[in-house]
Amino acid sequence: MESKLRAITNGEAIRRDDIPQLSVSTFREQALALVAAGGKVVQLFGTAVVDGVLPTIAVLRLGDQLWTAATELPETYASLTAEAEPFHLFERELAEQFGVTPENHPWLRMVRYHPNYADRPDVFGNDYRVDIPGNYPYYAVAGDEIHEVAVGPVHAGVIEPGHFRFNCIGERVLNLEISLGYQHRGIEPMLPGASARRRQTLVETIAGDTSAAHSLCHAQAIEALADRSPNPPDQMVRTAALELERLANHTGDLGALSGDVAFLPPANYFGRMRGDLLNMTLWLCGNRFSRGLVVPGGVGVTLERVDFETVLGRVQELKPQLEHVIDLLFATSSVRARFDGCGRVSRSDAEHLGLVGPAGRASGLDYDVRRVFPTEHYTQLDLDACQPFGGDVYARARIRADEILASIALLEKMLPKMKRTEATDVVEHSLAPQSLVVTVNEAWRGEVSHCVLTDADGKIVRYKIKDPSFHNWNGLAMSLRDTGISDFPLNNKSFNLSYCGHDL
Amino acid sequence: MFKTLMNRWEQGHRTTSYPKTPIELPARYRGLPTVDPEAPAALATSCAEACPQAAFDRDERRIDLGRCVFCGTCERVSDGKAVQFTRRFELGTADRAHLVTAGDLPDLAQHAKQHFKKLFGRSLQLRQISSAGCNACEADLNVLGTPFFDLSRFGIDFVASPRHADAIVVTGPISRNMHTATLTTYEAVPTPKAVIAVGTCAISGGPFVGSPEISEGLESLLPVDLFIPGCPPHPLTNLHALLSYFK
Repeated sequence: MESKLRAITNGEAIRRDDIPQLSVSTFREQALALVAAGGKVVQLFGTAVVDGVLPTIAVLRLGDQLWTAATELPETYASLTAEAEPFHLFERELAEQFGVTPENHPWLRMVRYHPNYADRPDVFGNDYRVDIPGNYPYYAVAGDEIHEVAVGPVHAGVIEPGHFRFNCIGERVLNLEISLGYQHRGIEPMLPGASARRRQTLVETIAGDTSAAHSLCHAQAIEALADRSPNPPDQMVRTAALELERLANHTGDLGALSGDVAFLPPANYFGRMRGDLLNMTLWLCGNRFSRGLVVPGGVGVTLERVDFETVLGRVQELKPQLEHVIDLLFATSSVRARFDGCGRVSRSDAEHLGLVGPAGRASGLDYDVRRVFPTEHYTQLDLDACQPFGGDVYARARIRADEILASIALLEKMLPKMKRTEATDVVEHSLAPQSLVVTVNEAWRGEVSHCVLTDADGKIVRYKIKDPSFHNWNGLAMSLRDTGISDFPLNNKSFNLSYCGHDL
Repeated sequence: MFKTLMNRWEQGHRTTSYPKTPIELPARYRGLPTVDPEAPAALATSCAEACPQAAFDRDERRIDLGRCVFCGTCERVSDGKAVQFTRRFELGTADRAHLVTAGDLPDLAQHAKQHFKKLFGRSLQLRQISSAGCNACEADLNVLGTPFFDLSRFGIDFVASPRHADAIVVTGPISRNMHTATLTTYEAVPTPKAVIAVGTCAISGGPFVGSPEISEGLESLLPVDLFIPGCPPHPLTNLHALLSYFK
């Protein structure tokens, strides 16, 4: 079948007129064919209901190519999820945001629990004056000795809120259903009307542990629409910011995993070293979470050679320590006994769910935005394909360890070459009218993507954000199938997903 | 066993001697801002207009630290002539009004509720409630448990159940979907109890102020004893506030 989708490049602004407008049935055929060929959904979102229909844009990926197309969805349409699982949450989100009903959707539930933006009757029959979860029938299992365990929203730690519903037989989990939305702040509708400076703060706080990646997606989108490109030294700093973010979070995750199997030395060492890594970002931009570092047009701070030398010195001091603690973690038999074989997600399940990032790679999906759709300085860096792993907790831990060492190698390569950068102010740019831009980056949890749509005056009319966790929460649910409920914390840490990134 | 010992040796002793000895944060860190009362009106106006958080009062020449996200925009647009961010990380206050400042914060220890020091000075158990927000505040609270800060050496710990807690530590702008859970958790803490608002979101709604999905500050729901501003507050800001207020 000939593709009626349009090829689009990461970070390329195209005219909205150039997006192929397909009938609902052609859109459906084309999207399903691409996913059947191994493609995945990057974005699927509505803009605003006009004359009873919802203009909807899809961004899909297949191999190393991004594709886009648009359609107009009526109030009810035939669900794509019924044929292809990767559309699952995207269609639920469409239903929640704009009151469209995907018919025969196998699991039509709210994603975040808020009234739709279109003033339409609620698809789920909710009255939003009533508290969350509203009309949410959880998956239920019947039978002798079956019992349910309900956990959250408030958890037993310094962790974000979410609700977990386990169906168990004895201690064995038959099914875990994760229902979120507690962190919903309504960021997407705030962005179109916000000033450039306000928007900068908002994108930095979509998920505070992923500030560099989200602000990079935002910066690239604005740059494409304003027809500006950052100079190479700025791009190197932005690449380094993303790698430092990855390093800090992966290091923290290994510590948390070690703590969850009660092996305390690495838990403490990794915890401390994570702090050292955050302090490198603090050194560069005055904030431990990259705030104000990556801005449209370049970098938000003036950085001198001495700054890069300082960070390089600290990275090199930390490198042997990280190597040794990683070695200690994986050489300890009590750790291996708990990690090995726990919470396995098969490659086929990972494919169906469309897992991204380390969680996807741990199950054998060798997709890394840095290699497949490289931007910034990644275009000049060689990244190795990742090793195939078995999809268990061990795999998700091991891949983090490998990525820590790879990120250090990248920083060691880049930092000596980095040049002075001049601070760029966050200012209002005039943006290309009637345009669409899609940006994709590899955050530490995986593929993060922003889509920005402008109107005839160059005003932003729709700002769509997709955090990698949006793809991966169901991976966590899948890992718990037929696992002891006491293994939940370990599996949860091995994914370490963002609640606020999902809930926006 | 050999690897465990080698790593122990390599890692060494890392715990800070703060508060006995002071700590200096790096040059770019943005702590307590100071506003020049003599700065020209035009500069003050441009600071006020540039502030993404509407935290700068042009007429009074004050910054509301409860709204500020410490982005440094006002310092940049005034070239440091109207506002300068110092490296002072001690930002906690016992009164919301104290956060509106030109650069002087009252001594927190003196404004603390003295009976709290007696009750909780030797043992303070905290129950954290994450109520929306971006998870950065949570990250920098969690870090207090790492060996560098080692919060438990002060008799302060985060606990799993509100029933075991002496105080709640709230982060985030208290979304509509966390409203009830936040209040229920508060109610589950036995009295006497303290309420601590950590981060700009919990104090004013932070970056999300104006969204119909959030409330504009914990104080609109509960009586707050301790305000710790920042976006997020540096771990030392949290540590200083907890020690000054409760010890």
